[in-house]
Amino acid sequence: MAFLEIDRLSKTFGNVRILKEINLEIEKGGFLVLVGPSGCGKSTLLNCIAGLEPITSGEIRINGRNVAGLHPSKRDIAMVFQSYALYPNMTVAGNIAFGMEIRGVPKLERDKAIARVAETLQIGHLLDRKPSQLSGGQRQRVAMGRALVRDPQVFLFDEPLSNLDAKLRVDMRTEIKRLHHRVKTTIVYVTHDQIEAMTLATKIAVLRDGVLQQFGTPAEIYNNPANMFVADFMGSPAMNLLAASVEGGSEGDVRVSIDRPNAPPLSLPVNGVGEALRPFAGRNVVFGIRPEALTDPDGADRNAHSVVEGDCLIDVVEPAGSDTFAVTRLGGKEVVARLRADARLQPGQTARLAFNLDKAVFFDPSDQSRIA
Amino acid sequence: MTALPFDSPETPHAHDMGQDTGRGWRITNRIVIYGLLVLFAVLYLMPLFVMLVTSFKTMDEIQGGNMLALPQSPTLEPWAKAWGETCVGLTCAGIKGYFWNSLKMVVPAVLISTLLGALNGYVLTKWRFRGHNLVFGLMLFACFIPFQSVLLPMATILGSIGRFGVTLQNAFGTSLGLGNPTVNLVFVHVVYGLGFTTLFFRNYYEAFPSELVKAAQIDGASFFQIFRRIMLPNSLPIFVVTVIYQFTNIWNDFLFASAYAGTGESMPMTVALNNVVNTSTGVVEYNVNMAAAMIAALPTLLVYVVAGRYFVRGLMAGAVKG
Repeated sequence: MAFLEIDRLSKTFGNVRILKEINLEIEKGGFLVLVGPSGCGKSTLLNCIAGLEPITSGEIRINGRNVAGLHPSKRDIAMVFQSYALYPNMTVAGNIAFGMEIRGVPKLERDKAIARVAETLQIGHLLDRKPSQLSGGQRQRVAMGRALVRDPQVFLFDEPLSNLDAKLRVDMRTEIKRLHHRVKTTIVYVTHDQIEAMTLATKIAVLRDGVLQQFGTPAEIYNNPANMFVADFMGSPAMNLLAASVEGGSEGDVRVSIDRPNAPPLSLPVNGVGEALRPFAGRNVVFGIRPEALTDPDGADRNAHSVVEGDCLIDVVEPAGSDTFAVTRLGGKEVVARLRADARLQPGQTARLAFNLDKAVFFDPSDQSRIA
Repeated sequence: MTALPFDSPETPHAHDMGQDTGRGWRITNRIVIYGLLVLFAVLYLMPLFVMLVTSFKTMDEIQGGNMLALPQSPTLEPWAKAWGETCVGLTCAGIKGYFWNSLKMVVPAVLISTLLGALNGYVLTKWRFRGHNLVFGLMLFACFIPFQSVLLPMATILGSIGRFGVTLQNAFGTSLGLGNPTVNLVFVHVVYGLGFTTLFFRNYYEAFPSELVKAAQIDGASFFQIFRRIMLPNSLPIFVVTVIYQFTNIWNDFLFASAYAGTGESMPMTVALNNVVNTSTGVVEYNVNMAAAMIAALPTLLVYVVAGRYFVRGLMAGAVKG
């Protein structure tokens, strides 16, 4: 049985259905990231777990106990807010100790707990300061300290890094991951940043318009997106999604054909998933390939089963230091290929690119669902 | 500062005359603006000046001299007399008793109405319920009810409360202060001020981050613990604004004071001052009257001086930062 289970959870506000039949579960010590564009309901879901918003139907179980309907303070959770929500009138120590003070923990024990948390987060020198005297990163640590000191069953993080500048965000991301390895408490984490989701999570739940799109490990979400939305949302640069037509009869090889400017269409064999694509013969599908699966022939994955090369007209070359990105046009769309940093390419030139078809995915354009 | 219509370089006149004339115009403008400002300031301050100088003059000097002249031999005697000896109606013990009456009425009225306003604002923003906007609208409506229309219904209510007080007195030996004119005035001012204090606090708390309340809820704080430990300590600016506003209004109120405590021992300062001026013992003692008026005005002045810098800050808070 999973440690945190969300079972057919729905929430409506007036006539608006904010969350629709969400089912999720995470094992003890897991790191669940809720990700999606703004307005998808991920923060609402977190607030429902916290008990800050009532749910309309369904159950939330923590360690087998249904907590729906319990007061937030009775759920054995701790939360870190986007704005940190530090009490401005109290010192750092006061902020960390407030919950214990309310619960009537004796002063001596409180001080011990504060010292322990301050040690973990290295905020000992800040204990007497007011939140207004702290930098963004320090506030973030104090907010985490306030959650940590409760030693809860589940940590809830609501976009905790979105108020930090880019450099600090990466540092704090690592710090949160390190913290999770050390305390091994179950975490539910909300973000709109798919890189944060990928780097931190043991399980990712992608939400859109209150509907769970996909739930799985980061690798599953990245390599096997359930639909075009997940494929497009996860990964940066985004997965290339282009039109392709399926060729093949009731028997024999199935190929997909992709339009190119100034050249005959590119025909690619798709034997691995041919049977799934066969019903679509003569129709258009959406061909999805990640930029790193579309690369220069020398840089192609040598362990891949099916790598096909094709000539493509290069529009734009964007050297990014560690890689070189090349933009070409395929299937009427701009397509990004990710090449080695020292790949010699000129815009306007035709270059040979390798398609790693092991990593290619296909979607049905009519309902955006995954075919193969 | 220089964005006056006739100051713009587009004015053909300024173009023709060249730059020196343009500067001349600007200086003339300045002189006109500051001249007018000084004139209005003088007009505005003149009565205060007359009151102050008169209150330090002897009667002889007033009768023989110029109203605007500075006192030739300044004396504190009118102040002492106004405080301790002057006649209010038939009793001649000065206004000091009434000063304390006012204070005893104003302090509880201000504190109770401010705290209740804060509580209302807290509920109307952080513990929203169905119809919270309607409730707020109705409370806002209370701000627009004219004093006069409340006068008679309130008198009826105070009468009932007074009779209940008498019943209590007979039954238990204590009326709990019900029916006491000072208590009545506190009650009236709290009820009448609630609309304003709620408005102030509601708008302030509207911009108050709700995440703080949520964090405190997760920390296990109760409704009143959040109010006392999180909301109130972070409300100083609006608290000061409300206190100044309520203090000034209640201290200066004459209508309710004269209607519900217009006679006898518990008469507040404003009514007493009116009676001082109306009590004639032959000569009108302008210096004593002025001193009494100054004494009556001092507390509000003092509140402004002590807390004034928060006033503007508090009125602006929430208006700019959302």
